[in-house]
Amino acid sequence: MQRIGVFVCWCGSNIAATVDVEAVAEALSHEAGVVFSTNYQYMCSQAGQELIQNAIHEHKLTGVVICSCSPRMHENTFRKTCERAGINPYMVEIANIREQCSWIHKDKAVGTEKAIILGRAAIAKVLLNAPLTAGTSPVVKRALVIGGGIAGIQTALDIADAGFPVDIVEKEPTIGGKMTQIDKTFPTLDCAACILTPKMVDAAQNENIKIYSYSQVEAVKGFVGNFTVTIRRKARYVDEEKCTGCGLCTEKCPQKKVPNAFNLGLDTRRAIYIPFAQAVPKIATIDADYCTMLKTGKCGVCSKVCTAGAIDYKQQDSFVEEQYGAIVVATGYNPIKLDRFDEFAYSQSPDVVTSLELERLMNAAGPTGGTLLRPSDKTHPHTLVFVQCVGSRCDGGEKGKPYCSKICCMYTAKHAMLIREKYPDTEVYVFYIDVRTPGKNFDEFYRRAVEEYGVHYIKGMVGKVTPQNGKLYVQAADLLGGQQLKIEADMVVLAAAIEPDKSARPLATMLTASMDTNDFFTEAHPKLRPVESPTAGIFLSGACQGPKDIPETVAQAGAAASKVIGLLVKDHLTCNPCVAESNELMCNGCSACEKVCPYGAISYIDKEFRGPNRTTLLRRVAQVNPAVCQGCGACTVACPSGAMDLKGFSNAQIMAEVDAICK
Amino acid sequence: MQEQVKAKAIELLQNGTCDRVLAWKTGEFFYDLTPAVFTTAEEIEKDLVFNAFCGANLSKYLIAESRKGGKVAAFLKPCDTYSFQQLLKEHRIWRENTYVVGVQCDGMCDIDAVRERGVKGVTGGDFTGDTLTFETLYGTETLARADVLAERCRFCKSKKLVVFDELLGEQGEEQDADRFAEVQWLEAMTPDERFAFWQEELSKCIRCNACRNVCPACSCEKCVFDNPKSGVENKAAASSFEEQLFHVIRAFHVAGRCTDCGECARVCPQHIPLHLLNRKFIKDINEIYGPYQAGADPDTRPPLLNFDMGDPEPKRGDVG
Amino acid sequence: MQVNGQFQPTIVAFCCNWCSYAGADLSGTNRLQYPANVKIIRIPCSCRLNPMFILRAFQRGADGVILCGCHPGDCHYTTGNYYARRRMTLLFNMLEFLGIERDRTRVEWVSAAEGAKFAATMNEFVETITRLGENKRLEDLRCKSK
Repeated sequence: MQRIGVFVCWCGSNIAATVDVEAVAEALSHEAGVVFSTNYQYMCSQAGQELIQNAIHEHKLTGVVICSCSPRMHENTFRKTCERAGINPYMVEIANIREQCSWIHKDKAVGTEKAIILGRAAIAKVLLNAPLTAGTSPVVKRALVIGGGIAGIQTALDIADAGFPVDIVEKEPTIGGKMTQIDKTFPTLDCAACILTPKMVDAAQNENIKIYSYSQVEAVKGFVGNFTVTIRRKARYVDEEKCTGCGLCTEKCPQKKVPNAFNLGLDTRRAIYIPFAQAVPKIATIDADYCTMLKTGKCGVCSKVCTAGAIDYKQQDSFVEEQYGAIVVATGYNPIKLDRFDEFAYSQSPDVVTSLELERLMNAAGPTGGTLLRPSDKTHPHTLVFVQCVGSRCDGGEKGKPYCSKICCMYTAKHAMLIREKYPDTEVYVFYIDVRTPGKNFDEFYRRAVEEYGVHYIKGMVGKVTPQNGKLYVQAADLLGGQQLKIEADMVVLAAAIEPDKSARPLATMLTASMDTNDFFTEAHPKLRPVESPTAGIFLSGACQGPKDIPETVAQAGAAASKVIGLLVKDHLTCNPCVAESNELMCNGCSACEKVCPYGAISYIDKEFRGPNRTTLLRRVAQVNPAVCQGCGACTVACPSGAMDLKGFSNAQIMAEVDAICK
Repeated sequence: MQEQVKAKAIELLQNGTCDRVLAWKTGEFFYDLTPAVFTTAEEIEKDLVFNAFCGANLSKYLIAESRKGGKVAAFLKPCDTYSFQQLLKEHRIWRENTYVVGVQCDGMCDIDAVRERGVKGVTGGDFTGDTLTFETLYGTETLARADVLAERCRFCKSKKLVVFDELLGEQGEEQDADRFAEVQWLEAMTPDERFAFWQEELSKCIRCNACRNVCPACSCEKCVFDNPKSGVENKAAASSFEEQLFHVIRAFHVAGRCTDCGECARVCPQHIPLHLLNRKFIKDINEIYGPYQAGADPDTRPPLLNFDMGDPEPKRGDVG
Repeated sequence: MQVNGQFQPTIVAFCCNWCSYAGADLSGTNRLQYPANVKIIRIPCSCRLNPMFILRAFQRGADGVILCGCHPGDCHYTTGNYYARRRMTLLFNMLEFLGIERDRTRVEWVSAAEGAKFAATMNEFVETITRLGENKRLEDLRCKSK
């Protein structure tokens, strides 16, 4: 028989003003099972907690009901209080008589009556509570970082520096990500490669870091502390161990007409290629879509010129299976496709480019060697028009994205400034909805563009771009000037919205990590847990969580790493004990529970049971992995036989609460 | 067909395909056939019956029979094969220990329909053909099978045998019967009328549990109504919850799994139209989540264990 | 329940722990009033709501039952509310089929930020149920009045 103690908190006047706490304590003292009932000013205070502990000792309580604020506030506090007094922390139930009673009612009689009913429900529940013990599960001390951009590299470096092995999986032949394509960075205008490539080399040389380039995650099983990940190593037709990166093959390959993805198709490369000079790992890769040898079996030039004998046309995709304790998602972003924005004539004229394409056109390692030339006729442009928010901040509709891509205002200011500095004879117009510069030294940077570099910022949107006679006729509205503008431009640069990489959605499914409607990964808490996914053991780094600039990405990458390190230093994890449990004697083995479990926590075994007359019966029964189960309870309702129940929220407990309320 | 069934049963026993045969034999009355397990040719010759009163769905019995060791052959009618496949899907029947002979069905008869046509005091007869001959205390009577079909057979959903090892008779097709007419008739009523209807019907219930015990979907190792921890069990009649809501709870338990075999309504001694509760769920599932027939195929996810992000919200009332 | 000759409905609100229970807390924090007839039962997720609990509440004298959970797509457990939505859709249809007014049951998605929505929903729900009056039907389903 349980001995329940009831503790009614005044919360100063927060509760006591609209609930007669004395009357509540009195009324609840008559409930079956209650042996002690009292009220106190602040139950959560030191003195209040001592009062509870003393009562537990004095009245030999087996269960405790606290009538107080929301369990979301102090359930843990009171669990620990009771644990210190020697009773199981899960023998505590909270009746929420503040947020859900005293604060929403004005009439004291009404509030008191409701508080009593809520107290009764909590007593009814606690009478059916059972002591629960949190289980533990071991932690594999290795982390996986998915994505090898600046976010992934920084996270991996930080984790490796703390002494833990970490693997990077990068789908491209080299790590580095988008930052490798960027020329200069705002607001300091230092060169991106100069700050990024040393980090790439650090990552390659760090003995705790293993880079799986040209690879992708194929399957993820397991749970926090113990993930099993299958990695597909795509065939690059070059032996990574043998290739020295000399690049001879990339010079001799006769297939010269492959659009160069690194330069966004602005020039061409060979079918066997190293994306750029500082690639890490510096290993050649054969593009199977263009390689004559792979397509027709006739060529083999690269194999002939390779002195290391690294070319292997027969290479197949291979698979690696590895255990990890934590997984960091750093899958990054891409500019959106602009086919729905043809009013800007992106598909009609090569001189209408995206901002990322402009980065390549201004980069010393780019297709023009760093001289800004029009893609159409390789002449020097004199008038440039920048269009902001192309696909960003689009309300509703299918056309664009509802969110602000965040980085465009700053990189456009950067582009405008660089162009004006290098080519003072150019006129640069920027059409914007708003200029958003909330970052350290950001607004100063933008003002310099306007004030020192004379960039024409015009509030208003461009309506149409018409290519004609080698010129681009830009029609736009100047909202502040209240007039329509027509500008004869040589180039138009579109600040395309950015969106999460397409690989993110299938990855989220594998990881059972949640995403928002825009396919950005959702954080466990938007303010307080910004680098964790709600799925335990999954962490978020960089633009996969939302648009970010480089400093923010690096900050978040470090934060994610520290969370991972915090996990990996533990030898064991404590699990939530409020998990599902299957009663094997009642289980039909029908698989209903398994189908609705979002965590893959349920498996089946064939088990022998004792039957009548000394026989044994072999039955298929469900088993819940308590380390994986998160306690949602979907299975308990799906289960036709009622074999599946949830600890802490059992059928009988909830029914008892219902009865207490409806009585 | 009866002779074919008998011959097949004997053949399967004798050629070693199985060591037991699950079929039907005459029960307490001529029209009250009961499932039976046969182990010898003599028993089969003497007792096995296949006629217009073999309504009993044998699939449920295979849960226990398939686990007894050895191999059991069973004769399943088209609608029984749906139940069988549903149970396979739920891992309840050990398929490797079963041998299914699919038998085409001309529709099963309802003794009450026979009585309504004035045929009473039945002592025997021949119920195997399209015309049924009844020996009664008052002489011989004949009735056309089609005139005395059970409700579920009048609105037969399918003559297709969805799973079998061998077939007696011809494979059939899914039928286009309007089995939801009665549900629609109820839906068209006012809430007061509907409540009156169900109160009238369910008040007849004597809680004999026949509906539960015959239902292939109600084959849990331990029924929630027998499990004190489930919160719905109240054998001591201390509470009226189970008493009041037994049929509603049961209908929800089998929702998405019920193949609409109609056994619940067939065996109800009080003639409560229990199948209407199940059909309401089936109708709603079909209309809201797309056509779904439990047991029709081995792998489609049952509608209640599935979702679509675009599912509609629960319908709102008019007042709120 | 009759109090001083006036009908006071008993309303059970099942709230998921992550969104709606927090939303209810928020309406308290913001001192948004709603009638005391509403009593909240905390469940981990809307998918924990067994239809039996709703039937039980009605059978024991509840006049209205409402389920609140995270908005579709926002479930803490990713998919729980999608299953709950199907279960409730079918259950509410069945209850209506038995002659229980549809307005006595409701599902409302309330996020942790929607304290105002929670209070507004409860005010409206209590009003609706008060207008419908007492619910005896599931208590009397098998008790035909002679």
